[in-house]
Amino acid sequence: MTDLAHIRNFSIIAHIDHGKSTLADRLIELCGGLESREMHAQVLDSMDIERERGITIKAQTVRLSYQARNGESYILNLIDTPGHVDFAYEVNRSLAACEGSLLVVDASQGVEAQTLANCYQAIENSHEIVPVLNKVDLPAAEPERVKEQIEEVIGLDASDALMISAKTGQGVAEVLEALVHRLPAPKGDQAAPLKALLIDSWYDAYLGVVVLCRVVDGVLRRGMKIRMMAAKSSHLVERVGVFTPKGVQVEELGPGEIGFLTASIKQVADTSVGDTITDERRPAQAALAGFKPSIPVVFCGLFPVDAANFAELRESLAKLRLNDASFQFEPETSAALGFGFRCGFLGLLHLEIIQERLEREFNLDLITTAPSVIYRLHLTNASVLELHNPADMPDPGRIEQIEEPWIKATIMVPDEYLGAVLKLCEEKRGEQVDLTYAGNRAMVVYHLPLNEVVFDFYDRLKSISRGYASFDYQLAEYRISDLVKMTILVNSEPVDALAIVVHRARAEARGRQLCERLKALIPRQLFKIAIQAAIGGRVIARESLSALRKDVLAKCYGGDVTRKRKLLEKQKAGKKRMRQVGNVDIPQEAFLAALKIGDD
Amino acid sequence: MPALGPDGPSVLPGGFGLYVHWPFCRSKCPYCDFNSHVREQVNHGRWRRALLAELAHFAARTKGRRLESIFFGGGTPSLMAPETVAALIEAAARHWSFAPDIEITLEANPTSAEAQRFAAFRSAGVNRLSLGVQSFEDAALRFLGRGHDAAEAEAAIALARRHFPRLSFDLIYARPGQSARAWGGELDRAIGLAADHLSLYQLTIEENTGFAGAVRRGDFTPLSEEPAAALFELTQERCAAAGLPAYEISNHAAPGAASRHNLVYWRYGDYVGIGPGAHGRLGIGGMDGGENRDGARIATRQTRKPEAWLERVETAGAGTEAEETLSGREQAEEALMMGLRLTEGVAQARLETLLRAPLDQLIQPQRLARLLAGGYLDRSETRLVATARGRAVLNTLLAELLA
Repeated sequence: MTDLAHIRNFSIIAHIDHGKSTLADRLIELCGGLESREMHAQVLDSMDIERERGITIKAQTVRLSYQARNGESYILNLIDTPGHVDFAYEVNRSLAACEGSLLVVDASQGVEAQTLANCYQAIENSHEIVPVLNKVDLPAAEPERVKEQIEEVIGLDASDALMISAKTGQGVAEVLEALVHRLPAPKGDQAAPLKALLIDSWYDAYLGVVVLCRVVDGVLRRGMKIRMMAAKSSHLVERVGVFTPKGVQVEELGPGEIGFLTASIKQVADTSVGDTITDERRPAQAALAGFKPSIPVVFCGLFPVDAANFAELRESLAKLRLNDASFQFEPETSAALGFGFRCGFLGLLHLEIIQERLEREFNLDLITTAPSVIYRLHLTNASVLELHNPADMPDPGRIEQIEEPWIKATIMVPDEYLGAVLKLCEEKRGEQVDLTYAGNRAMVVYHLPLNEVVFDFYDRLKSISRGYASFDYQLAEYRISDLVKMTILVNSEPVDALAIVVHRARAEARGRQLCERLKALIPRQLFKIAIQAAIGGRVIARESLSALRKDVLAKCYGGDVTRKRKLLEKQKAGKKRMRQVGNVDIPQEAFLAALKIGDD
Repeated sequence: MPALGPDGPSVLPGGFGLYVHWPFCRSKCPYCDFNSHVREQVNHGRWRRALLAELAHFAARTKGRRLESIFFGGGTPSLMAPETVAALIEAAARHWSFAPDIEITLEANPTSAEAQRFAAFRSAGVNRLSLGVQSFEDAALRFLGRGHDAAEAEAAIALARRHFPRLSFDLIYARPGQSARAWGGELDRAIGLAADHLSLYQLTIEENTGFAGAVRRGDFTPLSEEPAAALFELTQERCAAAGLPAYEISNHAAPGAASRHNLVYWRYGDYVGIGPGAHGRLGIGGMDGGENRDGARIATRQTRKPEAWLERVETAGAGTEAEETLSGREQAEEALMMGLRLTEGVAQARLETLLRAPLDQLIQPQRLARLLAGGYLDRSETRLVATARGRAVLNTLLAELLA
């Protein structure tokens, strides 16, 4: 157990690519947490997806032993935070376990929207914040301008910001000193009953559920019987340990310390993040504040390309959920796509990550339907229905009114792209709340309907700003809106998986785009195909795909029979990947068209 | 003798033929994805012995059959030593009985050098020549990487007509940018020079060819579907009007002049394939009294690489790389794939015999009905036929029927 005065708990707040993981690597290296042969880039991003995308999804923690220049040894606990808006919730719980943060800003890029949002969260958590300008060795670095921006936009004193290059290691030693001298030590009472915050939990194939926690008061020991105050469950602690970043077992964790425990807990769903862990025999009087639970806001259908893989998909989803209690799934049946699941996610990135992990780690081919949000339907019989799936929309005659979720979005963008960003927000039915400048960057705040954002907002924003705009949002409110269900018909047959809920004013344009895109994506077939978009019985857009005229092998002799048969086998397999609607084969890409439509 | 007609009482449906693959060419044409190789030196004696050995191997497994055709393909079989051609024909005659009107075809390039050997090939027993003319335009011949010009091609045709009782030549059309007018003119010239058979192939870009790379690099763009379809229709009409109607997707002949060897493939007969990369289909239900009493059919495939094939034959007696026993369903699928290429189509009874089940076990009745109604297929009491429109989209049509 370390005395409180020699513990510092901190997070790193940074935008994607601003160098958070590299800085973490350097800190671990300097404190000798890993032998150099064990070092590889981005030590804390353990999932392949995290390394490839350069993002952090799950919070990770590492305990560093630092011999400071004043001759004293300190324990520095770094809790890594996800940088993306979808995981804002996880950021919050990481921040809640620390007393301070390093705010890492790229010295040429400046402050981005997510940095801002995360930084405000740190301020709300009463953090001491140390600004760090990274990549100061690059020719494009403008540290003075970025310092000014930090002061103007965030309102933080940046006069003694640290100047570093995580890549070369320049200035990193100063970061360690700053942690010791500028961040406060944690407070806590070792003699009080145990009170520990459950920060995160995940499933490990060997250990079962691993619980990451921060001890606030008292001592957590191996062999202790603990009680989860909200979950009202008891467990016997089997292991207590810390991450260096390797897991190392210790006897006990005292106030201010961060570490893990295992206690024969079978699934992640049995542990509730934000819960207070206490001593079964000497429980704490009151629980810690905790956090509000994260709720899915974006929904889509996931269907196996090959219907035979349904059971496998179910098992895989269940396995993923062991480690990620924030996504939900329930069985769904589609006339076009067969059996699958309706899944709920924290956001679009979360959706993409789950989809990618299913395809990569579980080797599943999936069809994903267009993302939808939760609509609140007020029915004529005075009941309220939460609609997760456009296909389930009741008859319009039964609906009194529909409400849709709106978000408050913050966008940071260099001023040359501001016009295009404002146009995009207006087009997406947005309402401007605020527009301010800091240097040559604008900060725009808009209220936007979430269903417009899940449609193609990210892609469009990225392309119109050449990747320079950053975006962050939070759910704001539900508002009544003139929404309709638009159906897509292929040869007069409705395709349930392509139904979307859309604002009436946007329906025609959306319908036309969708029909055009489908025309381009559905391969020409032996018969002419009519593609229509309709609201109720009224067709609002139509396209037709003419019949195929030529597709034949010019030469087919003795040796080609085998080749031709193999080709046919391939075509059969390809057909399996397609879905039949009426007599038309629709490739799975077409089902993603609803998502990908854009002007660019 | 049993009739050769599609519905004749032949005890050996589809006939029996021998294919000999000569894998060498002077140069590799950019459109060709056949098993062809360029070698400075070929040991003709060694190759002759190996081909004869492999022939003996397969003959032992197909004893008592009557051979209706032999086809020397490649590669460039007109680069074979005429003695090798003669020796193989003589050996085939010893192994099997020859049908009285046996067709013996050799593929040849119309270069003047090879034309000089026409007489020797005729003496060896070849009675039908198939000339790779490909075009009557010098610029097109250069584009196609051919080693001859239009004048040489015409001279070769004239010479071949003097030497061989039967003659066919190949053209490649639907070339990049080719207009209907240009192709019409070239086709008229071909019809004027043709004997009683023409093979007219649309240019397709095959993987692992020079053209595939050229298209990837953007050197040229293949003719798109609509104009290609129009050229195909023009070809059908003009050849029919000239008395050379299509009997297969790319093959046209006067009545009775169809290639009997290729009909063996399309009527899904039996064939022995020898030489590197050659394919064979052997054995029908106990007919040969040999290894396949249960009606199984064996697909054979020889080693592709010439040197590897040669070594295998010399050590093992045959260069077989793989043999696969085809199920009844696979046989029926192959018979349908091949049969629908022919204007005569395929006999339903034949499909059901191979399948050992009614036709609706192969083709879903509602799909069939839809394709019949859509004008892609015709059906008589006994036969299933792809219409001209159906033949133009046969890949998709087959996928629709069988997938």
